[in-house]
Amino acid sequence: MLDITNLHATVAGKPILNGVSLHVPAGEVHAIMGPNGSGKSTLAYLLAGRPGYEATEGGATFDGRDLLAMEAHERAAAGLFLGFQYPVEIPGISYLQFLRESLNSQRRARAEEELSAAEFIKLAKAQAQLLGMDTEMLKRPVNVGFSGGEKKRAEMVQMGIMSPRFAVLDETDSGLDIDALKAVGAGINRIMRAPDKGVLLITHYQRLLDYVEPDKVHVLYRGEIVRSGGPELSHELERQGYAEAAA
Amino acid sequence: MTAPFPTHRQEEWRYADLEALKPVWEQFAEPVTMTVAAGESLEEVWLPSADDVQLRRIQVALGKAAKARIFALNTAPVYGRIELEVSLEEGAEFELFGANIGAGLSTNEIVTNVKHVGIGGRSRQTVRSVLNGKAIGSYLGKVEVARGAQRTDAEQSVKAMLLDRGATANCKPELEIFADDVKCAHGASVGELDAMQLFYAESRGLDPAGARSLLLEGFVMGLWDSASDGDAIRDAAREALRKVVA
Ligand SMILES: Nc1ncnc2c1ncn2[C@@H]1O[C@H](COP(=O)(O)OP(=O)(O)O)[C@@H](O)[C@H]1O
Ligand SMILES: [Mg+2]
Repeated sequence: MLDITNLHATVAGKPILNGVSLHVPAGEVHAIMGPNGSGKSTLAYLLAGRPGYEATEGGATFDGRDLLAMEAHERAAAGLFLGFQYPVEIPGISYLQFLRESLNSQRRARAEEELSAAEFIKLAKAQAQLLGMDTEMLKRPVNVGFSGGEKKRAEMVQMGIMSPRFAVLDETDSGLDIDALKAVGAGINRIMRAPDKGVLLITHYQRLLDYVEPDKVHVLYRGEIVRSGGPELSHELERQGYAEAAA
Repeated sequence: MTAPFPTHRQEEWRYADLEALKPVWEQFAEPVTMTVAAGESLEEVWLPSADDVQLRRIQVALGKAAKARIFALNTAPVYGRIELEVSLEEGAEFELFGANIGAGLSTNEIVTNVKHVGIGGRSRQTVRSVLNGKAIGSYLGKVEVARGAQRTDAEQSVKAMLLDRGATANCKPELEIFADDVKCAHGASVGELDAMQLFYAESRGLDPAGARSLLLEGFVMGLWDSASDGDAIRDAAREALRKVVA
């Protein structure tokens, strides 16, 4: 499903990723753990197509297609979703309008029928309710005045609405209290646990992994994957810290 | 008797497209006066027409504790000018929410003269411009606070987005204050669309043109949030933006 091969990347003239290789087959959830500054968000941005984040060597394919050759919106239409570490505020545009236009733009790109306003509102409300988000918040401007936790929950509502084939979730667990963490964990399992879907779960805490059990865990350290293993690796990291695991 | 034809030497006409104005001047020369009696309120929504040249010259006289709130969309294909002279008696409130949306070679301007005459008046002017091509969008806003108009609170917020290198935004706030206990604030900025907002929208599936037009819509649409019947101006602004972004 997602294949990353020897990926190198430089951001603002500084090498950040130094040869990352990773294979996430359909039906699996892989966790990436690593200390602050190790390049986790850089990897996420690169996969989602943020301008200014470019590979200097190596590449990535998504279902065999050259992912890095596609524009950000084409990647979304192909079924890739990025859950942002820092969700962005857009004043003047309601969540409902933002998501309806986004989803319909994806659907047009896939030659699918667009959703009517009524169909969309029904879908959005249902997803908000499943994630425990007040549906009135969908009428507010995108993320404006939302708390950190509300923004993260809203990212998961967006994921529920888009129903992507592959999700890269960048520290979706940070800033969540225990109830929100449970809701988000359950949301990830409900939306993304399927034989034809995959997840790259970026986190630096074990706690989300108690709710979303990964098939594999990788340690990203100074721009390289220094170890890979099963779910037990995350417990080891929790006990020992990254430096030791990297040694 | 028609008023004399203006010249660029007059400060309030310095950015005007006088050539476009000339043929229609007779028809618009005299301002229209609106009076809002003490304690009354007025809400106006000014929509654009389809004419090449559009001129509105309005005087609003606000009595004691009277209120006026004006929503104005200025988007003439050649030359649009919204001219407002407002006087505020004691405790009066005036709000203007205006947009210049200009394409091609057009000139659109909002020119105000807000006169705080009585004590404790409050005025708020919020103007947003979105301009492409070689369009010019201007805001000239004069605030006069008369001697004795203590505790006046006047604010001007002006922002512009230039979509092409050739577009121009002019912003001239001007203050004439003869009272000493007065709060006047103005802020102005010319900006580009936020790269992170664009990426966020594109990561959700909007193509670059769709993302740009959505963000511009957000930039302008916030103006109409407090309109009690804002649907018409919302639709007109969306329509105007579509032309500017295309
Ligand atoms: N836009 C940027 N400009 C300059 N340096 C950046 C930028 N983005 C990230 N970096 C640097 O890249 C490194 C990796 O950052 P990041 O990918 O955000 O790490 P993580 O998500 O693992 O905390 C850090 O040293 C950070 O300072
Ligand atoms: Mg990060």
